[in-house]
Amino acid sequence: MDICFLLNGERVDLRGVSPTRTTLDWLRERRGLTGTKEGCNEGDCGACTVMVTDDDGTKALNACILLLPQLHGKALRTVEGIGAPDGALHPVQQAMVDKHGSQCGFCTPGFIVSMAKAHKVGDTGYDDALAGNLCRCTGYAPIVRAAEAAALSPVPDWMAEPPLPEVAELPCAPESAEALAALYAERPEAVLVAGATDVGLWVTKQLRDLSGVIFLNRCADLQRIDVSDDAIRIGAGVTMDRVLELMREEYPSYAEMLRRYGSAQVRAAATIGGNIANGSPIGDNPPVLIALGATLHLRHQGGSRDMPIEEFFLEYGKQDRAPGEFVEAVTIPRGQDRLRVYKLSKRFDQDISAVCGAFNVTVEGGLVTGARIAFGGMAGIPKRAATVEAALIGKPWTDEAVIAAWDGWETDFTPMSDMRASADYRLLAARNMLTRHLLEDLGADTDVRKVRA
Amino acid sequence: MSVSKPLPHEAAPLHVTGRARYIDDIPVPAGCLHLAFGLSQIASGRIAKIDLEAVRAAPGVVRVWEAKDLPSECDCSPSLGDEPMLSGASVCYVGQPVFLVAATSHLAARKAVRKAQITWQERDALLSVDEAMAAESRFEDGPRIWEKGDTAAALDDAPHQLRGTIDMGGQEHFYLEGQAALVLPQENGDMLVHSSTQHPTEIQHKVAHALHLPMHAVRVETRRMGGGFGGKESQGNALAVACAVVAAATGRPAKMRYDRDDDMMITGKRHDFRIDYAVGYDDDGRLLAVDFVQHTRCGWAQDLSLPVADRAMLHADNAYHIPSMRIESHRLKTNMQSATAYRGFGGPQGMLGIERVLDHVAHALGRDPLAVRRANYYADAPVDGADGGLSAPQTPAAFPPEDISSQKKLASAEGDVASRGAGGPVGHALAAPAGVQTTHYGQPVEDFVLGALTERLAQSCDYEARRAAVAAWNASKPLLKRGIALTPVKFGISFTLTHLNQAGALVHVYQDGSVALNHGGTEMGQGLFQKVAQVAAARFGIPLGAVRITATDTAKVPNTSATAASSGSDLNGMAVKAACDTIRERMAEHLAALFQARASEVIFADGSVRVGEEVMSFEVAAKLCYEGRVSLSSTGFYKTPKVEWDRIKGQGRPFFYFAYGAACSEVVLDTLTGEYRILRTDILHDAGASLNPAIDIGQIEGGYVQGAGWLTTEELVWDDRGRLRTHAPSTYKIPACSDRPEVFNVALWDGANREETIYRSKAVGEPPFMLGISAFLALSDAVASCGTAYPALDAPATPERVLMALRKVQDGV
Repeated sequence: MDICFLLNGERVDLRGVSPTRTTLDWLRERRGLTGTKEGCNEGDCGACTVMVTDDDGTKALNACILLLPQLHGKALRTVEGIGAPDGALHPVQQAMVDKHGSQCGFCTPGFIVSMAKAHKVGDTGYDDALAGNLCRCTGYAPIVRAAEAAALSPVPDWMAEPPLPEVAELPCAPESAEALAALYAERPEAVLVAGATDVGLWVTKQLRDLSGVIFLNRCADLQRIDVSDDAIRIGAGVTMDRVLELMREEYPSYAEMLRRYGSAQVRAAATIGGNIANGSPIGDNPPVLIALGATLHLRHQGGSRDMPIEEFFLEYGKQDRAPGEFVEAVTIPRGQDRLRVYKLSKRFDQDISAVCGAFNVTVEGGLVTGARIAFGGMAGIPKRAATVEAALIGKPWTDEAVIAAWDGWETDFTPMSDMRASADYRLLAARNMLTRHLLEDLGADTDVRKVRA
Repeated sequence: MSVSKPLPHEAAPLHVTGRARYIDDIPVPAGCLHLAFGLSQIASGRIAKIDLEAVRAAPGVVRVWEAKDLPSECDCSPSLGDEPMLSGASVCYVGQPVFLVAATSHLAARKAVRKAQITWQERDALLSVDEAMAAESRFEDGPRIWEKGDTAAALDDAPHQLRGTIDMGGQEHFYLEGQAALVLPQENGDMLVHSSTQHPTEIQHKVAHALHLPMHAVRVETRRMGGGFGGKESQGNALAVACAVVAAATGRPAKMRYDRDDDMMITGKRHDFRIDYAVGYDDDGRLLAVDFVQHTRCGWAQDLSLPVADRAMLHADNAYHIPSMRIESHRLKTNMQSATAYRGFGGPQGMLGIERVLDHVAHALGRDPLAVRRANYYADAPVDGADGGLSAPQTPAAFPPEDISSQKKLASAEGDVASRGAGGPVGHALAAPAGVQTTHYGQPVEDFVLGALTERLAQSCDYEARRAAVAAWNASKPLLKRGIALTPVKFGISFTLTHLNQAGALVHVYQDGSVALNHGGTEMGQGLFQKVAQVAAARFGIPLGAVRITATDTAKVPNTSATAASSGSDLNGMAVKAACDTIRERMAEHLAALFQARASEVIFADGSVRVGEEVMSFEVAAKLCYEGRVSLSSTGFYKTPKVEWDRIKGQGRPFFYFAYGAACSEVVLDTLTGEYRILRTDILHDAGASLNPAIDIGQIEGGYVQGAGWLTTEELVWDDRGRLRTHAPSTYKIPACSDRPEVFNVALWDGANREETIYRSKAVGEPPFMLGISAFLALSDAVASCGTAYPALDAPATPERVLMALRKVQDGV
């Protein structure tokens, strides 16, 4: 495969690139750009963070699970390109020196890139911007001090990217859903790669030789968000950072969960379609989409079909998707303002959920009139709490409702014990989330993240 | 003067530009081979059949080794000689290296490893404390037992007694740079080893041993590590030895770095502990007797477990004078990774044991835990003229190189004398001065400052008022509960294996006045190089920019101890000072003769040298000395005075001094899910007369967060077949950015070390780690507010453990 992109402002043309070659390995092993570090090789530590700019703006991404073809037509900037060409330090670099933000220094290049990206786009929410960068030495305090100090300086002019290269279409990267449907019909065994935050690990950890790969990131129509009066249709290729921005107004509780979904680097790569299509029982979008009553749109060459999204998840590892068929979009209704989402994990940020609960409980005249409740982490698939829902309907929205639903939880869910949580804890926490929802409605303080010293 | 200045880390400009070089960044010569281990899939048993044909045939593979193909056993142990690099037929844990692949790329080696066909014969593994105890599976003949007073009688006589147990998990180091080594074969069979290690001499020793070479044929260089935390004291041995074996066999350079998952599966972690306690106390909460039984799972090999377990015993008093104490320590051999050094080296575990006891006693009495703690503190040392301050050791006697052959020899000539895992020689206890309180191991506590330090912290963090505010909040809020705890740290400084308390340095002054220096310590981010460079600049009175510190190199300074036990700047700072002073005296003598002055009147300050009326730049002085045929190069040597220790009896003075600190943490938790946050932390820490306050505060902030991580979100989970299930950052959760306390106030206690350390500073690497205990006990405090029973929270206090403890408290169990 022949690709072209900008590397630290200079055009690079590569021929015969293996579709699963990671950007990190290429930078370090072929280009000798060893400033970008390998810390975990799975997108969880951020030591390999690089900056990627395209027409949608600038993002921080994990180079370890960024496959080279994903860079086609874009601008890549590594830590070596953050300082000025004459060697002067970028304001975030100078601040990190001045504020003692580096100790062992190994995580530092990744932090520098994340900080420079935040600096460039004017983002001062450092806890979120840096959630995907792990540091074991400093305890983060001096790094945040450095970020705050650098915020006062203007963005250096050398951070502006030259015009992006005009590039040719790639044979394995269709540019429309229609072209994708045709290509996938020809090669139904191919692996679809959207953001590679999951498939990247098949490459770096499972060491799978993927027989064929189709990249989705150049399908323009898959990246559309269409908002109408009563619904929002989100293309499968929409990245989670965009979903997060969309939901801040639309469904703040969903947005608050997405703020903790992966990290800035992961959200900038991961797509909503990928999170649905991989069928993971611990993906955080599906329970929310189920609770919202979303409709999934599947497409194949010559047709498409729609289904309520919960019907897509058949059993663990199995989805209702035929060969050659792919997730094209998901439509969610607007105005479901009762939505509450609770994500539970050992660590608040960048941690896979032990339990993720989504509640859409409508109350009229003090009585529960409707309930769509779905959970991740409680079964082999994202699953509705059907018995609990039924028990709630018609009950007064008081502790009477919680009690009425009490036994239903065990009917609906038989969670497993694993390294994230025990079955008992999962069940207990799920039950208590309903209590939390009720108490939140009653005006109680329920969120530890809103408490200040 | 350059000491005491808050200067940035010496490599900070390299860090921030990505130009700081780690092992995997070193350009390698053509033909370099890349290595990977094939790992055991079972915790205990035998390999019935091993077929590596597909591995050998895999793309890029150059050669494959099983144990039988090695030139020797290639022992990688830092202690007992019980860690063959490759397992042979018998395997002892999931993750143990079984075979070694050398290939043309890292990826090719990793891919090839997975093609092995191995038939395993699995046996029942010993995994839990109970299983190991039942099987009497342990290191050493039986438990180590130390006792002060008649504990059983004192327990019986005490007005109140309590019993309890605390389980505390281990901890993955999660250094951001994984283990790595690169070996370049040299002429004559010599080996140049680049290793990410805290202990270059150990690497040198193990490589030499494996290849049957004298140590002078192996040179080890370490510029920096991307984090160590104890995890690179012994755990890098296998990679360096593997690379050396491959380099020797093929004549090609060899590099090995563990993939993160392999790193976590193969290498040891912090020891987990179960501590049972019985305590007798009076109505005021004064402890009269404590009986501890400490169990620790050491894993499959001894490694450094004995001194780790010793240090847990040594810190079982923490800051408290306890009239009678008995400690029984079981070092259990289990089918898991071999637990190893980790910041604090057993100290945190021992300390958490006694802090739990204090917390439990305070709860039983319904008293403020801080009041109970303070009632039990050792007495503060009298404040007298002992403070030396920065000006103290201005003109010390030179430190001539010592003849270390006069040091006591180890029992075994084969022993790994440079390692903490070695058996200890026996010293004798020194008598305590009259009226001075002693620890349970007989060391006088002569420098205690926690009374005054705690008082000042309690005031500055407004402890009393906030405790009341927490109670008021808890009375009014049904769901979210707050908790607060202020806990002290007293941590002993020195290697408990006395002979390791030595260091060497090599200093050159060049004819242009620039200075190159080298010492035995390694840089892992802690700022050691900067501190030591500041010492050298201060001794010569020159700007820091004139001093270049170079990579740690066994060919420059031999027989080094690990950079561990917080000893780095204490030992190497003094050794460098000795070397600088030797050169300075030679220069002074020559210049005095030249300008008819007295050597004692030659002053090195502000970049100049003053000889009587003459003032010249240091550069000119150096040139004059060179032309006068004065040697401008010197070694320096230091050995810590006063330490004597008998680890079998548990008597003596293992520590030169103690470092102190205290932290107050406030948390809020959600009683429905067990989720929590640290809201605010205030720390006052004793770094003596700090060599570099910025670096020391960095150690304190980072140590606290790492310590809090150990006790909160960092959970190691092994399944019932001994497989570690949390072997990557996706499943093992170290603190992230937002987990630091939102309000985080850190200050240094302004006192000088009463002992003669380098510029009266104190070691600061490990002690702040244990400040994290305050976060754990604040959580316990919040849980306790939900009912009447004692929470008896275990660690790590994941949201799940918090919620389960909370339910017990609510049920009054």
